[in-house]
Amino acid sequence: MVEKLTTINAARIRGDFPILRRQVNDKPLVYFDNAATSQKPNSVIDAIDQYYRNYNANIHRGIHKLAEQATLAHEEAREKVAKFINTKRTSEIVFTRNATESLNLVAYSWGRVNVGKGDKIVLTIMEHHSNIVPWQLLAQEKGAKVEFIKIDENGELREDEVHELIDDSTKIVCVAHASNVLGTINPVKDIARLAHRYGALFLVDAAQSVPHMPVDVQDIDCDFAAFSGHKMLGPMGIGVLYGKAERLEGMPPFLVGGEMIREVHTTGATWKDLPYKFEAGTPNVSGAIGLGAAVDYLQNIGMRNVHDHEKEIGGYALARMKEVEGLEIYGPMNVDHRVGVISFNLGDIHAHDLASILDEDGIAIRSGHQCAQPLMEFLQVPATSRASFYIYNTKAEVDVFIEALEKARKIFAR
Amino acid sequence: MSSDIYKDIILDYYRNPRNFGDLPDADVRVKDSNPLCGDVIEMQLKIGDGKISDIRFKGKGCAISQASASMLSELVKGKTLEEVKALGKADVLHLLGIDPGPTRIKCALLGLKVVKLAVYAHLGQTVTEEVKQLV
Repeated sequence: MVEKLTTINAARIRGDFPILRRQVNDKPLVYFDNAATSQKPNSVIDAIDQYYRNYNANIHRGIHKLAEQATLAHEEAREKVAKFINTKRTSEIVFTRNATESLNLVAYSWGRVNVGKGDKIVLTIMEHHSNIVPWQLLAQEKGAKVEFIKIDENGELREDEVHELIDDSTKIVCVAHASNVLGTINPVKDIARLAHRYGALFLVDAAQSVPHMPVDVQDIDCDFAAFSGHKMLGPMGIGVLYGKAERLEGMPPFLVGGEMIREVHTTGATWKDLPYKFEAGTPNVSGAIGLGAAVDYLQNIGMRNVHDHEKEIGGYALARMKEVEGLEIYGPMNVDHRVGVISFNLGDIHAHDLASILDEDGIAIRSGHQCAQPLMEFLQVPATSRASFYIYNTKAEVDVFIEALEKARKIFAR
Repeated sequence: MSSDIYKDIILDYYRNPRNFGDLPDADVRVKDSNPLCGDVIEMQLKIGDGKISDIRFKGKGCAISQASASMLSELVKGKTLEEVKALGKADVLHLLGIDPGPTRIKCALLGLKVVKLAVYAHLGQTVTEEVKQLV
């Protein structure tokens, strides 16, 4: 039994992340852009390094020793990811490039067979572009319609709209588990139940939840879940699609060609079993292995502890940000309803100007439309700034951030 | 309380933009945006004798984009169209008095791009790749 930690030992964790030792503009780096991508611990960097130094080979087909080791490591990573989100079977994990590709795979492969004229696709107004545009294209092609569940003044989904929009014509409901802008944690389990009651499928965009909190796909009862490796300490270029086996089995392949076929003849071809049917071409072996190492690292800390730490840092940041004159926060103020992602605007300072001023003090935040223009339109803001936290962030860093916000406010008050 | 990029002059142009607004009898109006950040600039030009005789701009965006557009509008007023076509990145940096760095330079160059687009549109000439690549 692992000792229950009330807070993570961020100081010890920081030692595992070489990049956190660097200076930016002669100041210690304060990395608050974790919702865009996380930094990587030594164990992940080393796992990738070891693969290329010791057993780099193409997988599945080779008979030689290196190919065997690489194949084992690749499939071991799949098992780690499967356990991490508690899938029923390991073969329900499909490796992709990123969450965007995972979402496109479902819209393209499942959508083109199962969505038709007059059918409805239900999304939420807080979706990332990658969980909007594939559905819009599908709807245009099929004559289906896309509808959006709106949010209330707290940045939480309106329950009345959830019930109103999901109906018998709904084929699929696609919802972000945690918003990359508002930080809102959505009640995905409840929405899954409702969608299934109407015979619709339920997809979770888990890009902002899997890295930050315990996620159990069987408990949620989602048909699909998508997330990226690079937001959860893993390398870029590896993503995951989870799909219930019975869903994935009924779907045609997405990309086709090498690796994914069983037999090819001049008259046609047949596909491999899951998950390989959806993994065409030479896969990102080092990426999968790096992701496996990232899962190990997170498991070692415990996802409950990860979530608690971010709640503490996020709660502290929210409280301190409220003290800054003219600062407006978008999203729930209740720390139990959100992950450590805080979008805000400071007076009439444009988000890009604010990010530039903070950068002078070594603070990395995100600014812009956050890949969620429909939400920006709904909030009636052109852009927001966003601070997002992870396991290695500290309250002392939040203090540096607040000081820089005050500095920006004074510069623009001149 | 110093900030390298946000010198007083830039904030002054941002807060009190010169040549801001509409030019009802403009000969050419062109609007463009920076797809990366959504900043928008519209330039309205009155042209006579091959010169920009009057100019107004409108826009939305960060201090760098709005201030540099305003400064640029002052610079090009009275210049010949050929002189405007010859302006480049160095001229904008000179106006700002700072180098905002590789990312923010796009904000600073949006105004220049739009004024050049307006000149090319007025002359009925094809916009060069160089102008398209400014932002």
